[in-house]
Amino acid sequence: MADFRLEQRDFISRRLAFFAPMGAVIFSFLVASVLILLAGVSPLESYYKLFIGAFGSKNAIAETLARATPIILTGLAAAIAFRAKFWNIGAEGQLYAGALAVTFFGTGLIQLPNFLMIPFLFLVGALAGGLLLLPLVLLRNYYKVDEVVTTLLTNFIVVLLVGYLLEGPWKDPMSLGWPQGASVIDEGVLPQILPRTRLHLGFIISIFTAITIWLIMSRTILGYKIKAVGINPSASHHAGIPVIRTIIIVALLSGGMAGMAGVTETAGLKGYLTLDLSPGFGYAGIAVAMLANLNPIGIIVSGTFLASIYVGADAMSRAMNVPTYLADVIVALTVLFVLLSIVIIQYRIVFGEKRS
Amino acid sequence: MTDLLEIKNITKRFGNLTANDNISFSQKEGEVLAILGENGAGKTTLMNILFGHYKADYGEIIFKGSELPSGKPESAIAAGIGMVHQHFTLADNLTVLENIIIGERSLFSPSLPQKSAREKLRNLSDIFGLPIEPDTLVINLSVSEKQRLEILKTLYRDCTLLILDEPTAALTPQETDSLFSTIKQMVSKGLSVILISHKLNEILSVSDRIVVLRQGRSVGEVCTKNADRKKLAEMIVGGTVDYPKKQAVKKGSEVIRLQNISCDAINDSSKGLNEINISLFEGEILGIAGVTGNGQIPLAKMMAGHLKPKNGEMFFLGKKITSYTPKQFMDLGVAYIPEDRNIDGLIGDMSVWENSIMTETNDLQVRSPLGWLNRDNCKNSAHLLCSTYDVRTQSLQQPARLLSGGNVQKLLLGRWLSRRPKLLIACQPTRGLDEGAIASIQKIILEVRKKGNAVLLITEDLDELLMLSDKIAVLFNGSLSNSFGAEKLNRSKIGLMMAGESFDG
Repeated sequence: MADFRLEQRDFISRRLAFFAPMGAVIFSFLVASVLILLAGVSPLESYYKLFIGAFGSKNAIAETLARATPIILTGLAAAIAFRAKFWNIGAEGQLYAGALAVTFFGTGLIQLPNFLMIPFLFLVGALAGGLLLLPLVLLRNYYKVDEVVTTLLTNFIVVLLVGYLLEGPWKDPMSLGWPQGASVIDEGVLPQILPRTRLHLGFIISIFTAITIWLIMSRTILGYKIKAVGINPSASHHAGIPVIRTIIIVALLSGGMAGMAGVTETAGLKGYLTLDLSPGFGYAGIAVAMLANLNPIGIIVSGTFLASIYVGADAMSRAMNVPTYLADVIVALTVLFVLLSIVIIQYRIVFGEKRS
Repeated sequence: MTDLLEIKNITKRFGNLTANDNISFSQKEGEVLAILGENGAGKTTLMNILFGHYKADYGEIIFKGSELPSGKPESAIAAGIGMVHQHFTLADNLTVLENIIIGERSLFSPSLPQKSAREKLRNLSDIFGLPIEPDTLVINLSVSEKQRLEILKTLYRDCTLLILDEPTAALTPQETDSLFSTIKQMVSKGLSVILISHKLNEILSVSDRIVVLRQGRSVGEVCTKNADRKKLAEMIVGGTVDYPKKQAVKKGSEVIRLQNISCDAINDSSKGLNEINISLFEGEILGIAGVTGNGQIPLAKMMAGHLKPKNGEMFFLGKKITSYTPKQFMDLGVAYIPEDRNIDGLIGDMSVWENSIMTETNDLQVRSPLGWLNRDNCKNSAHLLCSTYDVRTQSLQQPARLLSGGNVQKLLLGRWLSRRPKLLIACQPTRGLDEGAIASIQKIILEVRKKGNAVLLITEDLDELLMLSDKIAVLFNGSLSNSFGAEKLNRSKIGLMMAGESFDG
């Protein structure tokens, strides 16, 4: 049996912190190439097609960034919650709550000029996401109900509610029988930022949000409290930091950003609410947050990376005739190996305990 | 006499830390050998190596003439070595007898050797003078009874060398005396004992020979008869210790008064409080003695606003307290140093400067009105704090977990004292610290008193209690005795009160 143990490093080397996750990503591509070989095609060529599919043209880049938009937002939602050790697994449901709010307010009920309408839609979307999480965080704080369970299960409730609304009362009569909501009014649609592509203002907003969260976490007293409460709620409480209030603020911010992801998809990419608005962006956010080690700026990179794998895998699949599920495998491997690399950054492995 | 045990060149490293550095000594049969040293000197590590919990990096252990295989507690037990850990390893929901048998056979085996075990246990009880009721549930035993059971457990397994790790930590002085007479009785019956402790007085009263460890190294070996107290103390610390002196301070007006305060128990391990009355004045230290779990934690928590009393009233500077929250009490001027400084005090994974501002998150020195953190101010004030309270750290950026226990406590005290509190509540402020750090913490506490503030001191160390306190009261079973001037009391009087006997000055 291998004789080794982990020892916490006193100081973390910046160089290692940078290169270890890179190595992990490369390693996961190597492992995934075994599967591609089994499918009988060349891994190098497949990866080339994947890269071209994600970054090879103006349109490809635009698609990748458009796909990254909601993932960055749900990634931020997960990151800020996980920093406070509040395990919000419900970004998927909060995303749909944001989309529902956009559909409710943005399809004719409220009419504002677009420079007001767009912020208004983000506001109601964020509120919807945050308020969905509020009862769950209160249950956790006052009755110790495990938030992993409640947030996860709430996802299904919200998704089913969306299904009911789109099949029933909110179904757009103009949709030729498809279960989709009414279109967002023109003033509320997020403008394209790259002509003749689907890349919209939401991407800029997600980047801006990431920078804001980074500033909050590293430069404000709120970020300090979130960090303290996350690492040691008991010591924070003894020092007079309002632990429960801090966690409630975190929940509102986290749910709010997941709700904003619903806004970018409904008012930006599609223009209306559909049942397949999110192919699991809420869950992808967790992976993205983990990949970035909960760093808001890192989430921009890891979110774009994840989006590029998914977008590129479509192109790879068409060109090489391998299943698109390879994208899921690559993402899963990357998350696993990057998490492992984070362990290596924080701990050193000591081999052998031999007596001489 | 032949050598029973020989420890040869034991070395053990944890990362950069050398816990045991080339330690060698031997023990004769029928001898009480004391291993003396401060916390972190390597005593417990060494015993864990001897007992097989850890593997040494180098060195060997010869027991009864043959080498003990390393890293195997079962072979240490089979060879006749028994260990009573500082924290007991008993199953609370089983009876005394079941706890005795538990390691030997599965409790679910169809035929338990209950009868023979009961017989053997009774014999051992008689021989060694360790009375115990075999059918009591362990949860109902007192601390000293649990310890007795732990000792009987090792004897039941025919141990010939008994290791006791800090056995007196949770005992009253009387219980300590009775433990020591048990040790003497065991030795007279042919057993050998290794006693691990950092309490000099106890070691001198019961051991035959003393090995002193300091920073992982063996720095001396003396026969107890020839030992000199002062020299030993210097050997332990590696230099002279500057003990604080208490000066007369004028008593001021009343800071806090508790009237008939009661509360329910907060958990199984501690009693609630029963009609407590306290009146504490400026420039005064009230020491609270008591065996762990008699209500010390609820008392401290309540006086810091962490717990609401069920009945009774509390007055701070003459004003009745209406809201029991930590924040409210902090604002009134209460500072609370909790018992477990690494869990409730500092956050190990945050930096020294971040820890130093934790109580000041509303201070406009630390943050702007909009909530921006003023890092420069934070670091400046952290720097000032560290130099005022002599917190030794490599940098302000260093995580607090890398600080030594004494520096953790100094940082924690400094953080609270820079708020200029009227009342300091200090729970076990020097527990687990080395002599030098203890002296500086005690100095800081006396300084608080000298500045005309009140201190509530809860400590298990009776010498510390007698030295620092102006008056002393004892908690027993949730009730507080009258308080007496410290000069009227001594260790044995306090010990009797800790056991529940009343005392009238």
